[in-house]
Amino acid sequence: MALIGSFALLLALALSIYSFGVGLLALFFRRDPSWERLGETARRAGVVVFGAVVLAAIALVVSAFRDDFTIAYIFHHSNRDLPAPYKFATLWSGQEGSLLFWSLLLAGYGFVLRLRYKTDPRLFAYASVVLAGVQIFFLSLVNFAANPFGLLEGPLRPDGSGLNPLLQYPEMVIHPPMLYLGYVGFTVPFAFALGALIMKYPGEKWIHITRRWTMVTWGFLTCGIFLGAHWAYSVLGWGGYWGWDPVENASLMPWLVGTAFLHSVMMQEKRGMLKVWNMWLVFATFWLAILGTFLTRSGIISSVHAFAQSSIGSWFAWFLAITFAVFVFFFFKNKDHLRSEHKLESLISRESSFLFNNLLFVLLCFTVLWGTWFPKISELVQGNKVTVGAPFYNRVAIPVALLLLILTAIGPLLAWRKTSFESLKRNFMWPTLGAVAVMAFLMITPQNWGSPFGLRPWQDVAYFYSLMAIGLSVLVTLTIASEYYRGGKVIAGHSGQGMFASMVQLTHRNTRRYGGYIVHFGVVVVIIGFAGSAFNQDKEQEMGYGDKMTIGSYTLVCRSYTDEDFPNYAGEWAVLDVYKGGKQIDTMTPERRFYKASRQTSTMPFIRSTLNEDLYLVYEGLNQDTGRPILKAHLNPLVMWIWLGVWIILGGTVLALIPNAPAPVRVPAAARLKQAQAEPVATGD
Amino acid sequence: MSTFSNALSKQGAPFLAAFARGGYRKLIQMFVLCLAVFALTGAGDPATRFSELGHQMMCICGCGQILLECNHVGCPDSDGMRNELMTAVNRGDSDSLVEQSFVQKYGPTVLAAPTTTGFDRTAWIVPFVALALGLSIVVLVIRAWKNRPAPALADGLRPVRGAELELFRDQARKETDL
Repeated sequence: MALIGSFALLLALALSIYSFGVGLLALFFRRDPSWERLGETARRAGVVVFGAVVLAAIALVVSAFRDDFTIAYIFHHSNRDLPAPYKFATLWSGQEGSLLFWSLLLAGYGFVLRLRYKTDPRLFAYASVVLAGVQIFFLSLVNFAANPFGLLEGPLRPDGSGLNPLLQYPEMVIHPPMLYLGYVGFTVPFAFALGALIMKYPGEKWIHITRRWTMVTWGFLTCGIFLGAHWAYSVLGWGGYWGWDPVENASLMPWLVGTAFLHSVMMQEKRGMLKVWNMWLVFATFWLAILGTFLTRSGIISSVHAFAQSSIGSWFAWFLAITFAVFVFFFFKNKDHLRSEHKLESLISRESSFLFNNLLFVLLCFTVLWGTWFPKISELVQGNKVTVGAPFYNRVAIPVALLLLILTAIGPLLAWRKTSFESLKRNFMWPTLGAVAVMAFLMITPQNWGSPFGLRPWQDVAYFYSLMAIGLSVLVTLTIASEYYRGGKVIAGHSGQGMFASMVQLTHRNTRRYGGYIVHFGVVVVIIGFAGSAFNQDKEQEMGYGDKMTIGSYTLVCRSYTDEDFPNYAGEWAVLDVYKGGKQIDTMTPERRFYKASRQTSTMPFIRSTLNEDLYLVYEGLNQDTGRPILKAHLNPLVMWIWLGVWIILGGTVLALIPNAPAPVRVPAAARLKQAQAEPVATGD
Repeated sequence: MSTFSNALSKQGAPFLAAFARGGYRKLIQMFVLCLAVFALTGAGDPATRFSELGHQMMCICGCGQILLECNHVGCPDSDGMRNELMTAVNRGDSDSLVEQSFVQKYGPTVLAAPTTTGFDRTAWIVPFVALALGLSIVVLVIRAWKNRPAPALADGLRPVRGAELELFRDQARKETDL
């Protein structure tokens, strides 16, 4: 298997070099018909790369299932008793495998792109060459610097070291593929953008094509980021879902810039503006995805997630430098082609709201990048490292995020080109009053109602942010609702349909706009979930049989402890009865596992999730001094809203990708009369 | 204020003028008052101080977690650090004294965020400088774009302005934006 895999990877590299080199020459000598035919062979070579990389990936997965511990990668990331789904996930569980997986996804995207070349053969030919260039880099890495088929030195071992216990969780089977689909996918918009820049592509068609690819990729990255957050919440046992770790930051940066692009791209499509800016955003999104990978795999920034320090950092540094140089060269060579076609007419317009929106997204990205790099900068400047953790990001990023939320509320109410202040006031008044009323209600309600009631912003900065976040979320929700209502009312007036049917029709007529609103609504639901963290409580206690612990309105009573042996691990559970208002409502069984192959211990929190709050229990093990079991309970309000919000965001993204339904053509009454008397015409004639 | 709003109107900023004339002033005053109350109200009791300080420090065992969130049973460091922190808070040490003593004992990485002294200050300043710079650039861009000459019209076409333009805009919105 190792031989097959190694050969497949070499073949894929050779084909990628051919696809890149010959494709490039074919574009250079495109007026010569013989070169045109060679260009077609370059495209086909690119298609075949996918097959070769699939073969290599299959070889690695089969090796994992066959427990082939002669392969060093399989020995280090699998063991005989590892359940089948995790054996499959071995493909992306370590440095070498994940780079192979990256190559596989890139080849997959390239495969789809090259098959759809008829959409615009010349633009796709350029994009294909750019993709082949990126593919050469990743295939060189897996062939020469981080080969997943490298053989284990020394005597053959009877069993592998096993997969990291923290990765043995169902979500780890889907979180990395989603995240990587997002990371890798940003190569495609970059390939189109660079291609369009090099060929001075006339018109805006390339941006239409790019936007759809970006939305798909953005959807995957969003899903990947939140799956990661959910995994951290469900497995790591510290009661949180986001720790501002460099690896998390690495995924957030391209997401922020990609989100900025999805907004500003509308300016280019509708008004022919921001062409230079969009070009840079597409490049920055791709570049940041690679930079994040460089940060976490080079060992340059320390992170609890980071892969071990390795030699591939220099490869990434060179790749980043080369891509930057290539992009900057073509940008300055052809930037005259990117002139705006229209002028801005008013400060109060959709255009200016997009400008501010982009500024805030890019600023947030810069803040995250700055915070991630600052320990290194500090080390270089003053000789000692500092920590840049959650307190820094919370203080700097939250105010900017709240400003963004304000723009999310105002933006949809602004018309293109110019909006009168009167119209803005008319549309904005009721949502603002509604939001203020909700904030006042949350402030005056008693605190014993539970979160988020009784929010006194003067008591704690976290309460202040929480109140603002909830208030602004209500504002955004009401502006979205008012947009639906006004649009639905117009359609209902014309068609005589009911309000709900009219709103559905409205959405079908402009899926992109109303899908976008649903995404916005999903974002505010997520933000309400984040706002709940201001009320988090936790308590740690040694608990013997019959001992009680009270947290919030819950009382936990320890009933017993039990254990069981499985092939892959030995499990130990605490069994606790949960009471609320004197009545038993549940039994919870937080777990602690000892993985035999890796000889590592891991906790599996038990989470009782409701719309209002999560009761999160961790069985931390025995106190070494007293020998008594320790339980830690967290009460985390509104966390479920985060996961619900993500589903809404993904639903909105899918909706925005669906083509618009054609608007019915209005026929004047006189014409309708004639039409009724005319012969029917078959559909399609 | 009315002079101010008139001046704004004359300078071609009707939105700001209307804003200044309207009842939004009271909202802003209330907001500023809330901020002031919030800023002047300090958390005082030891449990709150322990929680706040404990969330501003890192566990030094290498887990990369906030001190009060470190969940390793048998962690060689976090229990001792928590006890030290509790002792210092109960003794009535000021926040800065507690932080200084932890930095002296465990090194600067024990603080979860850069301090506001020396070079560390740049960590806090740079994002806000970037925000100010970005806002200035956006405002300059908007001004430059507003002053850009409108594209020339083809022969025989006359520019549409004023009420007629608004009518066309309304019509276009109704017919295309739904």
